[in-house]
Amino acid sequence: MRKVAVLGVGCTKVGEHWKRSLRDLFVEASLRAIEDSGVEEIDGLYVSNMASGPLQHQEHLGAVMADALAVNPIPAVRVEAASASGGVAFHEGVKAVASGMSDFVLVGGVEKMTDRLPPEVASTLIMSEDQEYTAYTGVTNIGLSAILKRLYMDRFDVKPEEIAMLPVIDHENAASNPYAQYPFKTSIERVLNSPMEADPVHLLECSGIGDGAAAVVLGPANESETSDHPLVTVSASAVATDTLNLTNREDPLTLRAVRGAAEEAYARAKLTPRDVDVLEIHDEVSILGVLSLEDLGFAEKGKGASLAASGAISLSGETPTNTFGGLKARGNPLGATGLYQIVELTWQLRGEAGKNQVDGAEVGLAQNMGGVGSTCAVNILRREDL
Amino acid sequence: MSVPRYWREIKYRYRLLGCMCKECGSVFFPRRHICLKCGSRDLEEVKLSERGRVVSYTVVRNPPKEYEKYAPYIVALIELGDGARILSQVVDCEPEEVHLGMEVEATFRRVREDGPSGIIEYGYKFRPVIS
Repeated sequence: MRKVAVLGVGCTKVGEHWKRSLRDLFVEASLRAIEDSGVEEIDGLYVSNMASGPLQHQEHLGAVMADALAVNPIPAVRVEAASASGGVAFHEGVKAVASGMSDFVLVGGVEKMTDRLPPEVASTLIMSEDQEYTAYTGVTNIGLSAILKRLYMDRFDVKPEEIAMLPVIDHENAASNPYAQYPFKTSIERVLNSPMEADPVHLLECSGIGDGAAAVVLGPANESETSDHPLVTVSASAVATDTLNLTNREDPLTLRAVRGAAEEAYARAKLTPRDVDVLEIHDEVSILGVLSLEDLGFAEKGKGASLAASGAISLSGETPTNTFGGLKARGNPLGATGLYQIVELTWQLRGEAGKNQVDGAEVGLAQNMGGVGSTCAVNILRREDL
Repeated sequence: MSVPRYWREIKYRYRLLGCMCKECGSVFFPRRHICLKCGSRDLEEVKLSERGRVVSYTVVRNPPKEYEKYAPYIVALIELGDGARILSQVVDCEPEEVHLGMEVEATFRRVREDGPSGIIEYGYKFRPVIS
């Protein structure tokens, strides 16, 4: 297997792009990534997207975007794994380059959520769960997280204030991210005084509805002379799954897909959580971020929220997390989200993260999840010259 | 909602049918082809217990499109008497009244409508035990 490098990255701002289409956003992010990479010709395209069918009545995104980028006749395919689409598409791109089946691959994610009203978006999001027995109850994705949050607070005697630290950290970091959907600070009081979305989850614990695209160019690490940037390579890329329905999990508070993907990624990279200098977690709802911190090995069960409250994952802490705002404040345009994580980690490892820079960052880990933990991608990147 | 898609679930939703693994005895809802515990393909339909207790719950305030007129409503993770777990709305109960461990029982209710001229879907919801 060949060692794979992230040669170029690019993204759009996450937000309400009323005048811009799915194609417009995808092309902007892709051209930025291609330009950043210095690669002249790509020979494979992976498009990650969750819901262009229900949202835009557009499918066949591989062909749609290969045409939009005028790269025919290269092979192009869409990867869908709910909000883990981006992390899983990255994994597929890595496999293509590592195996030698492709040389220079573009992996781009896009989602345009604002073409529908919020109740329609809620109906679309819950398509990530079992339609006949989960969506059928009328529960929302946030509602499923709320069920976990109540169980978590009860079992581990955790206070809402501790969990509310996660969105506060995200917003703190997003404030200096020009691509963030919500670039402003917030406070524990504001989070806990925001309206209930699905009890006991407040509005400001939830990622919002936004449009965005993010893209990366992958290539063999030994042919990386096209890039002017410090070399960032893929140390490990792993994907794992868990039962679709929460009802079939022995302990709903253990995200087995996160554990599985993390264990495999750490083993392949020969690293432990302690080696991670900068971390991206999938906090679509804050409690999912808390559980992820635990199942990725950064905190014991029941201690994820107190880790956040201790300052350890703030920008100046031991393991700076969601340094550009995470799902809560950078935004969560579903199929693009996992690639925003890769773009941001790459900036960190190259030393191009500006005000959000973590000094000397050498190893970065991105965790991207679909559904309530039914799919998880864990990707570990490393700067080579340190 | 297409008629066949609704129709093929009727038996399971109206009568609360799940399945039991004939090898290891695990009970699942909804029905499945292969046992999650032991991998056996030998499963049979079973009637689930209609009583259980609330393991955790939420109150949905901003629902998906087809459920707007019911909001706010309670959705709970319920453990049934036979050990199977089910996700269901809890009705005949205010959000302030539901609690962890609460005893609930199955009831038959309207679930959603497919616009003014589509089919009306029915099925299980749970309510506080009254009998």
